Formats: sequence, structure tokens, C-alpha cells
Amino acid sequence: MSEDAPAKTVTAEKKLPKDLAAEKGMVNVQIDGHWIQVPRGTRMIEAAKMAEKEVPHYCYHPKLSSPGNCRMCLVQMGMPPRPAPGAAPEYGEDGYQEIGWMPRPVIACANTVGENMGIRTTGDLVEKTREGVMEFLLINHPLDCPICDQAGECKLQEFSVEHGRGQSRFKETKIKKPKNVDIGKNIRLDDERCIMCSRCIRFMDEVAEESVLGFSQRGTHTSVTVHPDHRLDNNYSLNTADICPVGALTSNDFRFQMRVWFLKETKSIDVNCGTGANTVIWTRGNEIFRVTPRQNDDVNSAWMPDSHRLAFHSLQTDDRLTRPLLKKGDKHVETTWLEATAKAAEGLGMRQPNEVAIIASGRMTNEELYLAKKIAEAIGTELITIVPRKGESDGKLVSADRNPNTTGATLIFGTDEPCAKLDAIREGVIAGKIKALVVLQENLLEEAGFKIKDLSKLDHLVSSHTHANATAAKSHVVLPGTGFAEKRATYVNVTGRLQRSNQAVIAPGEARDDWESLAALLSKLDKEYQPPASMDGVLNALVTEVEAFNGQTFGSIGDLGVQITETGVTIPLLEQEKARVKSGIIVG
Amino acid sequence: MDTTFLIAAAIKIAVFIGITMSFVSICVIFERRFSAIIQDRVGPNRTMIPLSILGFKKDLALPIGGLTQPIADGLKFIFKEDFTPSYVRKVFFWLAPVLVVVPALLTMAVIPFGSPMEFGNTIIPMAIADLNVGPLFIFAIASLSVYGITLAGWASNSKYPFFGGVRACAQMISYEIALGLSIIPVLMYFGGLNLGHIVEDQVANGWLLLPLWNEGGFIIGSGYWGEPLVVQRLLLLIPIGVSFVIFTTSIFAETNRMPFDLPECETELVGGYHTEYSSMKFALFFMGEYAAMVVGSALIVTLFLGGWSIGFGIDGMLPTGAWWVSLLHIGVFLAKVTVFILFFILVRWTVPRFRYDQLMNLGWIVFFEAALINVFLAALIIASPSIGLGGVAIGGAFLILVTILLIKVAKGATQKPSATAV
Amino acid sequence: MAIIKVERPKLSVGEKVYFGAIFKGMIITLRHAFRSLVGKSTGANELNSSGVGITMQYPEKKWDDQLPEYYRGAPALVTDELDRERCVSCQLCEFICPPKAIKITPGEIPSNNEWAKVEKRPEKFDIDMIRCIYCGMCEEVCPEQAIYLRPDYVITGTNRSEMVHDKERLYEIGGKRVGLVNKWNDLK
Repeated sequence: MSEDAPAKTVTAEKKLPKDLAAEKGMVNVQIDGHWIQVPRGTRMIEAAKMAEKEVPHYCYHPKLSSPGNCRMCLVQMGMPPRPAPGAAPEYGEDGYQEIGWMPRPVIACANTVGENMGIRTTGDLVEKTREGVMEFLLINHPLDCPICDQAGECKLQEFSVEHGRGQSRFKETKIKKPKNVDIGKNIRLDDERCIMCSRCIRFMDEVAEESVLGFSQRGTHTSVTVHPDHRLDNNYSLNTADICPVGALTSNDFRFQMRVWFLKETKSIDVNCGTGANTVIWTRGNEIFRVTPRQNDDVNSAWMPDSHRLAFHSLQTDDRLTRPLLKKGDKHVETTWLEATAKAAEGLGMRQPNEVAIIASGRMTNEELYLAKKIAEAIGTELITIVPRKGESDGKLVSADRNPNTTGATLIFGTDEPCAKLDAIREGVIAGKIKALVVLQENLLEEAGFKIKDLSKLDHLVSSHTHANATAAKSHVVLPGTGFAEKRATYVNVTGRLQRSNQAVIAPGEARDDWESLAALLSKLDKEYQPPASMDGVLNALVTEVEAFNGQTFGSIGDLGVQITETGVTIPLLEQEKARVKSGIIVG
Repeated sequence: MDTTFLIAAAIKIAVFIGITMSFVSICVIFERRFSAIIQDRVGPNRTMIPLSILGFKKDLALPIGGLTQPIADGLKFIFKEDFTPSYVRKVFFWLAPVLVVVPALLTMAVIPFGSPMEFGNTIIPMAIADLNVGPLFIFAIASLSVYGITLAGWASNSKYPFFGGVRACAQMISYEIALGLSIIPVLMYFGGLNLGHIVEDQVANGWLLLPLWNEGGFIIGSGYWGEPLVVQRLLLLIPIGVSFVIFTTSIFAETNRMPFDLPECETELVGGYHTEYSSMKFALFFMGEYAAMVVGSALIVTLFLGGWSIGFGIDGMLPTGAWWVSLLHIGVFLAKVTVFILFFILVRWTVPRFRYDQLMNLGWIVFFEAALINVFLAALIIASPSIGLGGVAIGGAFLILVTILLIKVAKGATQKPSATAV
Repeated sequence: MAIIKVERPKLSVGEKVYFGAIFKGMIITLRHAFRSLVGKSTGANELNSSGVGITMQYPEKKWDDQLPEYYRGAPALVTDELDRERCVSCQLCEFICPPKAIKITPGEIPSNNEWAKVEKRPEKFDIDMIRCIYCGMCEEVCPEQAIYLRPDYVITGTNRSEMVHDKERLYEIGGKRVGLVNKWNDLK
């Protein structure tokens, strides 16, 4: 009996690959000679991407609908021949049917794969086709590369080198179109450079939902134009410059600032609202030149609001604080970190715990908030809060909560209402019950609702700022801090996703990473506290104390972040995108 | 000790050290200009007197062909960063340059620079120390400089300086033997070790290598030919000549000059023993080398070429002890030394560097044996008048036997061990 | 390949005692030195020697008329026939420059300028001549034929900032260059 059992399995009929794939909802596709399994309904261009074959394309964008109008993604397709009526399909030794190749190419971006389909992304037919398409695209394209901001990240340049013929056969006069057109406050249009991919038009229609762009004229005279009565002033307009494969739409802000090949890319996140859009910070030397969105399907898709991406300019102003300051009489004098920390701690330690309060900020990182809480514990005060910063959600990516780290403060302070004690503190200060105040990265005259005369009542005001402001002017000790692009840190966004920002530039002067100055202050107040050697040390300590962070390190967070808690908040733009994916309009 | 002696000694020390040091710098400019001319170049020819650093408007450009270059070189060395690498053995690293330069300057003490000067009642010899063991003193002190170089190589704690130090050590010890043996015939002829006396002897009896006059008269054409003494003297030229060649060559090796500069051979050892040195410490090595060259030249001139004597019987016609005669003799001596230094330079830019095994062969197999035979030959010639014909014959036979034996030994020494021999 | 064993030449006794050869060598060296000293070195005339050896004494004598056409001296910017600055600050030279001697601050041409259609020009254009290695890469890479290496080789200064050629100085050295492709002028 025991001898028969294996013999049975051998004789059992082998399943065909198509059946094996169908069990998983997949189909078999042959791409450049190799068989792979891809989910049913995948676009051919995405299937090729899975097989790590690049199909050049201009108009296709996974987050937008596919009109198939650039014709760059032409590939050769093949299907098994339809069997004669009554005949069974023939399977080869490997279990696949023979592929009958079509004589004409098809576009890969708008067609979906089928069982036993063949795709050729190389070969004579495909290469000739691409060369022809390139030649047509270049017919009216001007030789603007030396002055074009897109040069260096231009798909037309790249594919022209890779697939073009190198020389133009076009002897006639090129069509002239409007150049350097002012179509919006952030965007400049150059119609000659446009290759009519319509990505910008589709973006404005489908994502930004403000249809101001469109094509006018016909044939070679087709050009992108803005609606005669409108301008492209949408808060998402700069995304059109990002997705424009050529230099037709360029950013006014980045215009002629620097060539892209000089810029260093640092992956980071946006801190201007609770969404925490993933970004790339482009720097040369110690200067930030632009910030662009980075794809993260759980946070910001591939987009970013203009207001947030242009906010980096505030980091590069002349009013940055560069040295620790001590108030002597009416004036501030520059001092050393050692003395500033000692003076700050002295003024806090000599008072009754209930005379001291800490106003932290929802703009602070998890590590800084943790150290602020530790300082409150060392002093013995219960009075620690962050300042609420509420706005209106735009129904897309801008969150109503303009603090990037309210969720982090909630988790670290261990309370559902991290802003709750602000009113009590303000009244305490006005009533004179609170003598000493630590203010971290907040100008109290703004959202916190303090008056300048309230601050005059304080005996000891320690504050940490990146820029000179009224609170700093009133402070007895001012500690210069670092801005978002100047530090490596973690934030938790409104949905409860722990994300990481990275250091792109160095803070000016002697300004210190805030965790360093807070840890130094803490070690003065709590003699047993040993300041850690690096940022990672702070996160490690935080992770052991706050349960939601359990097990996280800078490495485990990664470029895309991890979900550490559920807040129930959703990002409207992602919901809209999910609906479009579901209806099959976009790939997603 | 009387005060005159002390004052005179102090002045002599100051002047002669001054002369040596200025000769060192002159050597450098000579070396650079002469080598430039040999190689169709110009060399440093436009260094001015830099008045502008003293606040003047313009530099003073004198038509002196860049003679101020050594000053500029010296200033450069002084103002360069004096860098001591972290990994060296510091005490020895700092000691080594001193150990190179001090012996070279010390040996100057016994060289007679000129004829004795009469000052009041005392006769002042124109040497700092008129020792009776002059050449021995020089050899004793000069061999100390090998310590400096070896120490430099070892203390640098780096492989190339170490190789340089080892090479220098082996080379200088090897050639010291040939150096010592080669002047034995000379010392036998003079019968003394006082360099002052040796020079005076040459004033009277002609330069050792140029015995053309005797007691005020010229040998050639004055009836002296036929006399046995003169024949013996002319015969003696053979061992003296051999001595001169070996001695001069060994001095080249001792001073680490081309073609024997393997310790600082830049193609193989970067800079040799002074690779890790910079600024003034390097300059001390540099000065040590050139000071050794000056002393070597002075010694050769003193032993073989009549020291400060003008020659050709002219010295006898001059009044003895007058100050101007003394100064004249110092001038003559320095002129001879200068010529010899130029010879040193000429050799450097003519002869390519030896291979290390060739160097060792030359020292141990050729020069050592040749110097030994030379000693016997000179002894035989010097002794010939007193031992008679039979003695000469026996001596000659013995000499030939010794020669054959030594050549056999030398040939044996050059044989390479065969592969089969265990 | 057959192994050819080369016999060392048999030396005579005279050759073995090589002092003769060394002496001969020294005579040759001395003769050469003498010829060099009186300015009779081979090639002294052709090379414009100043009297000793074959060296030309530089600041007194110069050889500018014999500079070859392809001589690579100071890099400079040129203008075209209509005095338009050719450079559009594409920054390719800044990118290619091996010693990173070039620093460009790009700028937009104001709309009231007659060449406003070119859109872009350098606001600042600095070449640090202390860094420049005269390789000519900038000239090679320039898509606008705007930067050329001129025959100027006397680039001196008494401090570092003097050695940085700014835009004004670069146009002064470069001057006007005619007969190049003028793609911005008429058609567009």
C-alpha cells in the first residue's frame, strides 16, 4: 500500500499555468520572452513595469486617466490564435499556447493584459515605432534646452537620447506659438515646448477639480491654453509643473534658480499641516531651491499643495536666530550655549513647581515633545500644553489641523486634549500666579492669544525659536532652534502615521537641533539625566515609555512611514482617488 | 692657558665655522647654477635683495647672478611649517638632524686653513685645534654622523626612511674601512699625524701628488734625476695615486653624494632617511651633507694637494708669520677647496647612481683589497733604501704573493652560490 | 619565442677599471657646460635663448607671436555681432568644470530688454582663475558658443579676490566674436 501512494500523485494530471494563475485571480503574460503572473485587469504598461521592463511614455500617469494620446508607449502584442470551432487549444511542453504576434503595435497604457498574452517592449517594430513617434514629437520642439528649467529631468531629452534618431529631417519652418506666458501666479507656460500629452489638463480636471486648462486650435497648431476668463491660480497648480514631462509648464518660484543636476535630493515630509505630505527637498550647498511631493499612497498620493511647498522660503530669511541670547537689562546679549542653558535652568529650578508652565508646540517633533514632557516632570509642574492651530480643510490634502504633530503630542502627553491647559496657563500668567514660562517654537502673540503686556508679568521667560519674533524679544533666555529641513526627526500625522523627516541643510550659525538644547536643559534640571549622544537615543527612550511607538526606530519608519495608531481621520484626496481606482478610471 | 690663546681660539672658531657655513650655502648655489649650465638651463639667477619686506618701495636688483639665492633658501627653510608626524619617536626624531650636522662641523677643528700667524710673540696656528692625531680625529668624529642618519631612518617609523637609514649605515661603515686603509701610505710617507706638519712638509718637498720641487728648487731640469731619493719619490706616486683615488671615492661615499647617494635615492625611497623631515630639521640634514662635502674636500686638499701652500717654491720666498701671508694662504686653501667642490658637483652630474650590490662590491672587494695591497707596496718603496736589493726582492715576492692571494679571495667573493650547493 | 641569451660583453682591463670612462664623461659634461655658458647650446637660437643654456628669460622676452591657434589661455565670455551676450547661463560649464572654478548665478532678462525673448542670462558669472586648469571643457560643452579660451596667459593678481574674473572682466577678455550660429536672432 505504501508503495502505491507516491505513484498516484505522479500520474495525477498536471495543472496548466492558466489554471494555477486563475486560482489567484492572475493571468500569465509573456514579456520579452519571460512568463510572469500579473493580476487580471492590469494595464500592459504596469505589467511591463512589474517585469522591470521600461516602456517609455508621456501622457500616461498612474494617478490620472489614460487618453493614450502621446503614442510613445507603443509595444507589440500577441495572443494565442483562436482555435477552429470544435478544436481544443494546443498547449506546448511548458503548458502555454503559442502566441500569434500582431503586425501592428498597440499602446501599452490603455490596454489590459489577458491570459497567455505576449508583449514585446523591444524588437525592430517597437524600436522603429518609437523612433517615428519621437521624430514627430520633436518636429516643432524648440532648441530651448539651455534656457529650459526642465533640462536634466526632461523626458523628451531622455527618450530622444534613448529612442530618437539623433538628427532632424525637418527642413520646414517650425510652428511658432506663445512663449513665456503668465497663466497663473505660480506657473509659467511655454507652448512651443508642449508635446500635447494633456497630463496637466487631466490633473486640473480630475484631481484639482478646477478645469481651467484645455487644448485650443487643431493639428500642429494645437496648444495648451488657460480658459480665457480664468487663471491657473489653484492651490495645486504647481503639481502640473511636476507632471509636465517637458518644460512647457514651469514653476515661477524655481524659474532660473538652479539647474536640477546640481541639486541634492533629501526625502522628507511636509510640516505645514497635519497631513504630513511626503516631500523631496532639493538643495545645493546649504540652500534649499525647491520642495516637490514624493509619492506615498497612504498620505498624499503624488501631490502637494502650493502653499506648503513654497513655505520653505521662510527658512531662508535674514531674521533667523543664530546665537543663544540672554537679556541683560533691556537688551539681549549673545552668549554661549553653556551659559544660556545654565541661566534657563536656574530660573526654572528656583521656583515652586506650580509657578512654572511649559507651552510646547504642535510643530515640534515627537522627540522634542518627549523631552518637553520630561522637563515638566523634572520641574514637577502639571502645566504643559501645545497651542492649537485650526484652519479649514480644503477637501483635498490640506488638513484642518495645521499642526503637523498634534497626534504625536496626544500620544506622548498621554491625554486626548493636548491643548487643554493653554487657557489655564494664560489665565495663570495674567493673574500673576505663573512666574516662569518655557515657550517652545511658538510666538505667543499669534494662535496662543497672549498679549504683549501679559508676557511682561513673567519673571522668567525661556523660549526657543527659529526666527526673531515678539515672544523672543520678551524672553529672558532665547535658544535658537532649527527648522523642518534642518533636522532629522519623527512626526505623527492626523491619520496616526509615524513619519520621518530628514536633514537637508545645516542650521545657520550656532543654532542647535532643538532636542539637543532641550536635553541639555533637562540634564541641568534633573541631575540624573544623561543627554543621549544622538537623536536616535531620544527616540529609543521615547519608544520605551510611550506604548504606541513600541519597537519603532528611524530605520523601521522607513521613507514611507508606519501606521502606529488609528485616529479615524481620513485624507479626502485619498478617498476621491480610491473611488476613481474602483471605477477603473485610473490605475492608482 | 693664556688669554691670547683663548681669544685666538674663539676668533678662529667663529671665523672657521663661519667660513664653513658660508661655504655650505655657496656649495648650494654652485650646485644649482653648475648643474643648470650642464643641463642647458640657467638656474637661479634673479633673486634680489628683498628690501620691500623691510618697507622699501622696490627690491634691490644687483647684477650678482642670483647669489642671494642661498639666503632666500635659508629663509624659506626657517619659515616653513616644522611638521613632526604623530607616529615618530620624537626624541630621536629631533636629535637625528643635530647628530648629522654637528660631527660634520666638528671635524673642521683640525684642518689647517693657512700658515701660522705671528701675533706679538706667540705663533698662532691657523687651525682651531692643532692636534697630533688630526686624521684619526676626523675619522673618529666623522663616523659619528652615521648615527644621525640611522637614527633619522629609525625614528621616522616609516618604511622608506628606514631603508635609507639601513643603507646609509651599511654604506658608511663599509667605506670607512677603505677610507682608513687608503691614507696609511700617506701617513707612512709623512711619518706623522699632525695635519699642520703634513702641510708644512708639502710646502718644503712638493705636494704629495705633485712632487715637482724640493727645498726651494725644481726637480725637473735641475740635476736631481738619477738620485735614488727622487726615484723613490717618483715611484711612490703609484701608491699615493691609488690612495688618492680610493680616498676621494670613499669621501664621496661617506658624504652620500652621487654616485653613492643610495640612502636618499629618490627613485626608490622617496626621500630616503629624511622623507619625514621638513623645514629647519630637513635643512640640517642638507647642511650636514654639504658641510661633510666641504670637510672632505678640505681633507683631500690638505693631504694630497698641499693644503694652504701656493706651491712651485713660492711659499719659501714669502716672509713667514706675516699676517697677509697667512691670509693669502687661507685664500689659496679656500680656492683649492672650491675647485674640489666643483669637482664634486661635476661628478654628481656626470656619473649615474650605483646599484647597491655594485656599491658594496666596490667597497669591500675592490677598494678594501686594493688599499691593503697599496699599503704593502708603499711600505716596500719607502723601506727600499734601508733594506737593500735582497730585501726589496723578498718584499716584492711577498707583495706579489699577497696580491695573488687577495685577488683570488676577491674573485671567490664575487662568485654567486650555485643553485645545487646546499 | 625562443629565448635569446644575451652575453655580457667581455670588458678589457682598462674598461673594468672604469675611471677612464668616468674621466671621459666628465670631460664631455664640462665641454657641454662650457657651450651652454657661452650660449652655444644646440637649439639656443631657435628657442630664443637669453644667453645661457636654451632657456628664454620670460618676462623680458615673450613668444606671443608663436602661440598656436589652439592655445588654451584664460576662459572668457563673448558677445555676438549685435552685442548680445551669448551666454544664457545654462550652467553646463559650471557642471563640467573639473576643478569647480566656475560659479554662475542665473537670472531672467527683464521684459523691457530687447533680447527679452532669450529669457535667461547670467546675473553673475565668476571664474576663479586660481582653480582654473585651462582644460577647455567649458568651451567644448557650451551649447551657445558663448565661452572661449583666449590666448591670454598672464593672469596675475596680488590677492585671491583679484584672481576671480567676474562677468565684466570675462566680457572684456572675450570681446565680440562674429561668424557663429545665431539661433536667437532672426527666426525666432
